[in-house]
Amino acid sequence: MTAPAHTAAPARATGPAIGPAVAPAAVAMTDREQLLREAEQALEQWIRARAQEPTRQASEGFRLLALHRQGARGAPSFNACRETCREIAYHYNLLGLEADHPQAPHRLRMMQLLVRHLQLFVSGKLEVAGLGEFCCSSRPLRAESGSDPTGGKTDDA
Amino acid sequence: MKQEYQRVAYYPGCALEGTGHAYDTSTRAVGNALGLQLDEVRDWNCCGAMEVKNVDPKVQTYLSSRVMSIAAHEMDAKVVMAPCNGCYHNLKKAEYDLAHDGESRQVVERISTKAGHATYRAGSLETIHALDWIKDGIGEDELKRRVKNSLAGLKVANYYGCMYTRPRHIFPEKDQGPGSESTSQPHFMDDLLAAAGAENVDFPLKTACCGGAHTLSDSDTSTKLVLNILRAAEAAGADVIATECPTCHSGLEMHQVRAEKVLGEKTTVRMLYFTQLLGIALGVSPRKLGVHENVSDGLALLKEKNLT
Repeated sequence: MTAPAHTAAPARATGPAIGPAVAPAAVAMTDREQLLREAEQALEQWIRARAQEPTRQASEGFRLLALHRQGARGAPSFNACRETCREIAYHYNLLGLEADHPQAPHRLRMMQLLVRHLQLFVSGKLEVAGLGEFCCSSRPLRAESGSDPTGGKTDDA
Repeated sequence: MKQEYQRVAYYPGCALEGTGHAYDTSTRAVGNALGLQLDEVRDWNCCGAMEVKNVDPKVQTYLSSRVMSIAAHEMDAKVVMAPCNGCYHNLKKAEYDLAHDGESRQVVERISTKAGHATYRAGSLETIHALDWIKDGIGEDELKRRVKNSLAGLKVANYYGCMYTRPRHIFPEKDQGPGSESTSQPHFMDDLLAAAGAENVDFPLKTACCGGAHTLSDSDTSTKLVLNILRAAEAAGADVIATECPTCHSGLEMHQVRAEKVLGEKTTVRMLYFTQLLGIALGVSPRKLGVHENVSDGLALLKEKNLT
C-alpha cells in the first residue's frame, strides 16, 4: 500500500511552534496534514542519515508508522518513539473524525507537542549515533523550503 | 490478590540510595501501611545499569543474576521487587537472556563460580515492579477500602518512562489480556491512583523518552524533551506528574529547573512518586513519604489541595 501524498510543508529544524491553544475556527484539516508531514520528515532524516531510502509504503494506513518500523530496523532503541508515532497517528485520526469537536484545538496542540517530541528524540538519536545534529541532517529539507542560508551546501562542497 | 506478593525480596538499587531516596522511603512506608512486607536483598550490587551494559552486556547479565541468586538461594524468595525502572528492566533482561542464550548462561556460570556463589538459573524467581506489587498484592478494591485521605480533586498525568515496557519480549507477562499490564498503553499506575481517588488526565507522552540516557552528554536535548513532557502534562490539565522511576523523576525535576534557567521556560506542574501519592491517600504524613526531599515543591501542592 502506498501512502497518500501529503501537502508539502516547510521543514522546521526547531519543531512546530508551541503556543497557546488555537481558537476552534483555526483548526483546519491542513494543520493535521502539516504536522503529520513534519513527523514523517523527522523520521526520513533518521533513515537518510543511516544511508537508506525512506519507504513510501504505509503501515496501518500511515506512512509514519512504516517509516518508524524502517527506522527501528537494526536500532532497537529507536522503538522508544514507537508510541509517540502511534499517538501522532491517533491524534491525526481524532482531528479528522471530529474536526468540529470542542476539544479539537486541544487535540491539535497535543499533536503539536507529540510531533515536537519526535523531532527532539530523533535529534538526540542522530547526535548520539554520531550522525550529526538534526539541523545539519535536515539541511536538504531546509534548502528545499528556502530557509537554509547555505543553500544546502556543505563546508567541503 | 497474589499471596506470593505479600512478602517479597526488595531490591532498591543504587538510585534509591541517592537521588531517588524519597522513592525508597515512600515505597517502604506504603508497604507498611498496606501490610506488604519487604526483605531487602542482602549485600545487593548494581544491576549493571546503562554503563556496564554498554561496555559488556554479558557482565551486566551476571551482575543482575547475582542479585537474583542471593534472593533465590540465600533468602529463599520466590519474588523480587524492584521499584526502579532501570533495575526492573535489567533483571527482566537477565532472566530473558539466561533462558534464551547459552553464551550468557556460560558467562554467568563462570563468573558466579569464580565469585563463590550459587549460579542463578532462569525461572527460579519472579521479578516484579513496585506497581505489580501493589496492584496484584493488594488490588484496587482493597486499596479503595483503605483510603483515608482521598486524592479527589487532584489531576494526575501518569508518566511511566520508556524502560518499564520496552523491549516487549522481556516482559512475557504483559499484554496478556484483562488484568495484565499493557506495553503500549500502560495503566497500572493509573488504576492505583484512580482507586485512591485521583483524576487521571489523558497524557499521550506517558511512555515517551525523557532523554535520561544523554542527560550528561547532551543536556540541552534532555531539557527540551523534559520541557515538552511538562508542557504536555500542563496542556492535559494535570496538577502533578506521577512517576515510578527514579531516573525519570529526577530528570523531570532537574530539567524543569534547567529549562527555566537556560531557556527561560517556566512550568509549574509538580512531580511526585506514585508511592508518595498513595501514601498520602493512605494517611501517611508527607514527611514520612519524603515529600520534603523532592526538588519539585509537592508539599505546596498537597496543601493547596487540602491533602495534608
